[in-house]
Amino acid sequence: MTLALDVLPHVPEARATPVVALENLVVDYVSRTRTTRAVDGVSLSIGAGEIVGLAGESGCGKSTLGNAIMQVLRPPAQISSGRVLFDGKDVVGRSRGDLRRYRWRNVSMVFQSAMNALNPVMRVGDQFVDMMRAHERVSKKEALVRAGELLELVGIDRRRLRSYPHQLSGGMRQRVVIGMALALRPELVIMDEPTTALDVVVQREILQQVRELQAELGFAVLFITHDLSLLLEIANRIAIMYAGEIVEEAPAASLRVDPRHPYTVGLLGSFPPLHGPIERLTGIPGSPPDLSAPPSGCRFHPRCPHCTGEDVALHARQVGERPLLRVVSGDHRVACHRETA
Amino acid sequence: MTAPILEVRELSKQFRSGGVLHPSKLHAVDEVSFALTPGRITALAGESGSGKSTVARLILRLLESTDGEIVFDGRDVTRKRRRRDVLRYRSQVQMIFQDPFGSLNPAKTVRHHLARPLRIHGIAGRRDVRSRVEALLEVVGLVPPKKFADAYPHELSGGQRQRVAIARALAVNPKVVIADEPISMLDVSIRAGILNLMRDLKELGIAFLYVTHDLASARYVADDILVMYAGQIVEQGPVDDVLASPLHPYTRLLIASIPDGDRNLEPIEIRKGTAAAAVDPAPGCRFVDRCPLAIDVCRHETPQLVEAEPGRIARCHVTAPRQREDLHAHPAA
Repeated sequence: MTLALDVLPHVPEARATPVVALENLVVDYVSRTRTTRAVDGVSLSIGAGEIVGLAGESGCGKSTLGNAIMQVLRPPAQISSGRVLFDGKDVVGRSRGDLRRYRWRNVSMVFQSAMNALNPVMRVGDQFVDMMRAHERVSKKEALVRAGELLELVGIDRRRLRSYPHQLSGGMRQRVVIGMALALRPELVIMDEPTTALDVVVQREILQQVRELQAELGFAVLFITHDLSLLLEIANRIAIMYAGEIVEEAPAASLRVDPRHPYTVGLLGSFPPLHGPIERLTGIPGSPPDLSAPPSGCRFHPRCPHCTGEDVALHARQVGERPLLRVVSGDHRVACHRETA
Repeated sequence: MTAPILEVRELSKQFRSGGVLHPSKLHAVDEVSFALTPGRITALAGESGSGKSTVARLILRLLESTDGEIVFDGRDVTRKRRRRDVLRYRSQVQMIFQDPFGSLNPAKTVRHHLARPLRIHGIAGRRDVRSRVEALLEVVGLVPPKKFADAYPHELSGGQRQRVAIARALAVNPKVVIADEPISMLDVSIRAGILNLMRDLKELGIAFLYVTHDLASARYVADDILVMYAGQIVEQGPVDDVLASPLHPYTRLLIASIPDGDRNLEPIEIRKGTAAAAVDPAPGCRFVDRCPLAIDVCRHETPQLVEAEPGRIARCHVTAPRQREDLHAHPAA
């Protein structure tokens, strides 16, 4: 691993400004007939060297959020309002040249399907060289040497530079993509379901490696997944997203022992335990809402076990008023009317 | 204990691979034996490429086996070819697929999906179809049934679609249901509902084979578990015992790899070696290159399934050595 230090020097020491901060970010998918608000007023900050987990079900807007940070949203998706601050400066609406310097060098991304992220008819080495030369002035030879070092960093023999993607296993392909994401020493790596398509043993190997690399190189990670138990293991801080909003945000340790939002409680109650007694799982009744017509008030209220109508005043707020994310203790924030009742 | 309804005996399936110049044989399923019993759920676990879905397809006769027998209700159905026989067998052994989006016809209502098998297999007369369909919807928790019967698949959520697929499998009163990763494409919050449904349905006396890579869900629904690696069963036994004290090193690795929300994860040892061990396998254990316990004999002698403890079977020279079986078999010797 010492070799890695030459290729990838430590990022600057922890600073006061977060690496990336989202301020009231709103992302819409606009079509002629309707607008779907996929991300609705999200604020989230990611500090230097921090692993932040973002959990939610399909369609909750978590991938859209990742794409917005990376600035790779394409029409019909658009950032309608809010800011994406990198190192304190807004990157929304920057020129193509600026964004080219921003992407991969400041913030890089690992997508769920490595097979789709890699070009099937190009050798792995050439893809590294291509990517590096698109963003930095390096010679082809130098780029290849660095590509080899990156491959070894993620645990792959450097001779694999000459392989085509189909000659690698799924886990190796995903490691190649992680190596590429680290190539230009970004301060934040967004990982969007990086291990979802992989077997559980391979998933564990890759997570272990990500943690080791992160500890050694100090980059920050935004880890997007639907698997909350995985985040509880790897993340420092976790944000739970539901229907375009963050409904709870807390350090992983406090989220595990003291989940406050009924949705978080429901998610945690949806995983059968591997040890201990088996109780009947509750899951969450109903299914996630259609974001082009979200429920009124608290978006979770149609599925919420606490929205019973017993307390008339509370019920009126649950169906009529959007709960705001509020601090409940320390750095634990929850958007639930019951917390302010 | 009830007699098994379906028995698989030394079932094997080989695929040719490697092209003309370097022909090779992939032993996708290698001498797999097990039995399914009414009212019990048996989990079949393993990583992708381990052969677990091939086993499911062999049982359904969607693939022809290379060797071995499938015995259903006392009769060998492995080579039955007459349409009438195959049809009868298929009405007794039903499948629930992974993808509830791909397994329903988008142009047809839920009622159509459920009424069709009733008619094809002559289970309900013209007059009873309507009430049968509604009864089925109620069984799988789609209430009110009248509303769901006239819905189209696109109007349903993933979990609801999977319930329709389950209702369709149940329509023909099957004795055996094979569920191939029925929850892996569903949202986390609705998985529990499907797992609970399977637990409830088992009470109807159906024998379930639950094919999965998710050991925690296997522990939740299943009574017994079979763990496959590179085409072979490497461990089998009651699911609680196997997960609490796994015998085979591969089962141990699988369990150690599952995220369970515990921050102090013990690192697993990363070793090379893949399911490619099933291509033209040489004698020896197929897990040997990844095994932390490997000894000399593992490299040249294929371990056999050995009953290491009552009801606990494993294929490992180290944790389930053969001598013990000999003692077991000949206590007087």
